Amino acid sequence: MEQELKDLKVELQKQGIFTTTLEELYNWGRKNSVWPLTFGLACCAIEMIATSMARYDIARFGAEVFRPSPRQADLMIVAGTVTKKMAPQVVRLYNQMPEPKYVIAMGACAISGGPFRDGYNVLKGIDRYVPVDVHIPGCPPRPEALLHAFMTLQKKIDAQQLRGEGRPRHLKADAPSEYPVPGYGAHNLEPMHNDDVFPPKPESPFKVLP
Amino acid sequence: MSAPELGAVGVDLSADALRALLVAAIEGCSVTVVENESPSGQRSLVLDHEHAVEAAIFLRDNSELRLDFCSNVTGVDWPDREVTEKVKVKKMVEGLEGATEQEVEETRKTLAPGYLEAVYHLFSMEKKHGPVILRLRTRDRAEGNHLPSLTPVWRSAEFQEREAFDLFGIVFDGHPDLRRILMWDEFADYPMRKDYVSPAEDEPVLDDGCLPGAEPGAEQGAADA
Repeated sequence: MEQELKDLKVELQKQGIFTTTLEELYNWGRKNSVWPLTFGLACCAIEMIATSMARYDIARFGAEVFRPSPRQADLMIVAGTVTKKMAPQVVRLYNQMPEPKYVIAMGACAISGGPFRDGYNVLKGIDRYVPVDVHIPGCPPRPEALLHAFMTLQKKIDAQQLRGEGRPRHLKADAPSEYPVPGYGAHNLEPMHNDDVFPPKPESPFKVLP
Repeated sequence: MSAPELGAVGVDLSADALRALLVAAIEGCSVTVVENESPSGQRSLVLDHEHAVEAAIFLRDNSELRLDFCSNVTGVDWPDREVTEKVKVKKMVEGLEGATEQEVEETRKTLAPGYLEAVYHLFSMEKKHGPVILRLRTRDRAEGNHLPSLTPVWRSAEFQEREAFDLFGIVFDGHPDLRRILMWDEFADYPMRKDYVSPAEDEPVLDDGCLPGAEPGAEQGAADA
């Protein structure tokens, strides 16, 4: 049935008649205007800046408007090393963003702590406190990698359903949009991770590719 | 080894010369020269707590030396260490002809108490010479972790003494604003000390089954197939 509808749509398009659904229109609009937060933590931010400039030109994907306020941003690119001292501020910024909101963890440090993983002062991945949509490895990732991550996020937004159990977080009234801000403890951050998001549960939509 | 470290105008900055100057200028000042066996051969001066500030002001204001710039302050942790030495002792030894007094070699183990150290690198902007290296040593690594602050002498030491306080736990008496600079205020440990162990964290790894699609040995099986 679904396939028939798709075929019909293509057939109609050939005849010059365009059809769409509210869902498609809504997601099309959202995915092509994802405004990131002006927010860099370390050397990955330099690559993020390069991605936003003319050569790599993230404006081609509708994401050139880096907002200086979390209230106006849709996407947080965690670009760089998240120190334990900085982690509460990162989570607070995320909490201040309005739904729907997305997170790209950019670079080895943001996804795992990177070369500083064994240190005493670096968080072992921002996914311990906030839900991450796309992880990019690399030290730092090339601008192409960030563009690829951004296109991955666009595909993800495009596939979101507005109704049913699979609908995204911002359409569920009881789903959390804020996450607990970790506190400074005597030896470490407290708690060390948020149980709701970490470690990834087996039913999580985030799969590790084989 | 002790070639004079010459500045542009030929001031003798060698540790021995500076020690002689300091001892002559400051009454009761105790200065010890620390040897350096490395190829750089940079020797340094250990100052006593009571005269450290006075000696620092002398080094800064002396018209020949004018060490007006403290470029670097760092901390060093010297933990307690066990010293083994062989000592000859006289002892009664049971032999064939009864007990006789003999000289016997014994190994003795003593515990040398550790201490914390602050190292200052001084240069002169005016005379364009340096470095001169000062060391201050604490009494021990526990309650006796106090040192006189040299921030009143060189303002550039302020943040770096705070860093040594933060990471090594050296308390600088006389510092105008001694608080943690890198770690948060609630933090209780001194992470650059040799005996610091970072807190255990629950770290999932790829093969412990917590991540879907990454069963232990999966990679191995794929390689075989």
